[in-house]
Amino acid sequence: MNKVYGSAAEALDGLLFDGMFIAAGGFGLCGIPELLLQSIKDAGTKDLTFASNNAGVDDFGIGILLQTKQVKKMISSYVGENAEFMRQYLSGELELEFNPQGTLAERMRSAGCGIPGFYTKTGVGTQIAEGKEHKDFNGETYILETGLFADLSIVKAWKADTTGNLVFNKTARNFNPPAAMCGKVCVVEVEEIVQPGELDPDKIHLPGVYVHRIIQGEHEKRIEKVTTRKREQA
Amino acid sequence: MPWDREQMAARAAQELQDGTYVNLGIGIPTLVSNYIPEGVEVTLQSENGMLGMGPFPYDGEEDPDLINAGKQTITELPHTSYFDSAMSFGMIRGGKIAMAILGAMEVAENGDLANWMIPKKLVKGMGGAMDLVAGVQRVVVVMDHTNKAGESKLLKECTLPLTGKGVVDRIITNLGVLDVVEGGLRIVECAVGVSEEELRAATAGTIVE
Repeated sequence: MNKVYGSAAEALDGLLFDGMFIAAGGFGLCGIPELLLQSIKDAGTKDLTFASNNAGVDDFGIGILLQTKQVKKMISSYVGENAEFMRQYLSGELELEFNPQGTLAERMRSAGCGIPGFYTKTGVGTQIAEGKEHKDFNGETYILETGLFADLSIVKAWKADTTGNLVFNKTARNFNPPAAMCGKVCVVEVEEIVQPGELDPDKIHLPGVYVHRIIQGEHEKRIEKVTTRKREQA
Repeated sequence: MPWDREQMAARAAQELQDGTYVNLGIGIPTLVSNYIPEGVEVTLQSENGMLGMGPFPYDGEEDPDLINAGKQTITELPHTSYFDSAMSFGMIRGGKIAMAILGAMEVAENGDLANWMIPKKLVKGMGGAMDLVAGVQRVVVVMDHTNKAGESKLLKECTLPLTGKGVVDRIITNLGVLDVVEGGLRIVECAVGVSEEELRAATAGTIVE
């Protein structure tokens, strides 16, 4: 079972169509599927709906698809770092559905687990709860949120074996596993592909059953906010 | 003299309980980690998928795969663990995180919190704030007592879209500390050099004894 493809364009071949719904991993610019996003830009697929925690910055991440107006709608928890996003949203060109961050993650995870809806306390009494079913459990009120079933998942992992078992690195894991789980097809980009047996089976973060196509490539891995401290004087 | 940012952070650090897991928000709450009292061990959660958040890295040692929820580069500690966003909010929603310390635009006397949106002006999103205030055991707000126009941020009712309803337990401002109790806000202490009259005058919400 070899899931390895030669390039992002080959891995996405036959999967893209106008109006499709894509779930993308990443938090800010950390652990985003930057090669697959570039390839979707090159393919010119339009009217995309993205479930992604953030929308990148103007010239990186999903931001590059906003510049080319390929995105119709975003489902996100925070979009504060993107001026072009704000412009398109305020002018009505772009739809936006705010989800609390944990609700967004659970909507992805639950869809990948075959759970079409779940109740949560998050957002009760706020505008997020408007129009949603309310139900009391043990004296507390919860709202019904639904699973996000995507046409395609695009994620970034650190390493994969050729059968799609994935290992992530540090906080670059973030939304990648839940995003990977919720799509009909999942395409992964990694920094290194290894042979089966080279990853410790007890240390696989996401098993290959959730992964269909894999590419390896060079990643820019841009840092959004470099923050450092000074070394103490010796 | 009202407290400055650092003094507010130092006061908020007194809220930390030994052996607990805590989430610190962006802004003054981030400074709280500089004032953790001696003998108190807390594990800081970063909701993008980390327990045991360490300090900022030294120059040249930044790792693009290691950031906090404010997107700043950070470091790990010997007891650090990493996990995905679904598990991260699972532990938040599941009440495993003892306390969140976060900033606010408005707090109402019944504990309503508004800190994510100013309609038509500031539309950035709630991030993890709604999940945190709904899920953690105790919510402490650290904020200035009044806004730039000098108006109280402690109100009878919030005017901005809510982040959570009846979720705030304690408020630490530049003027003092107040608790949300039955019927309104109760003064816990005044900042050094601030009189109770000044604190009352700057508070629009009901103060109860």
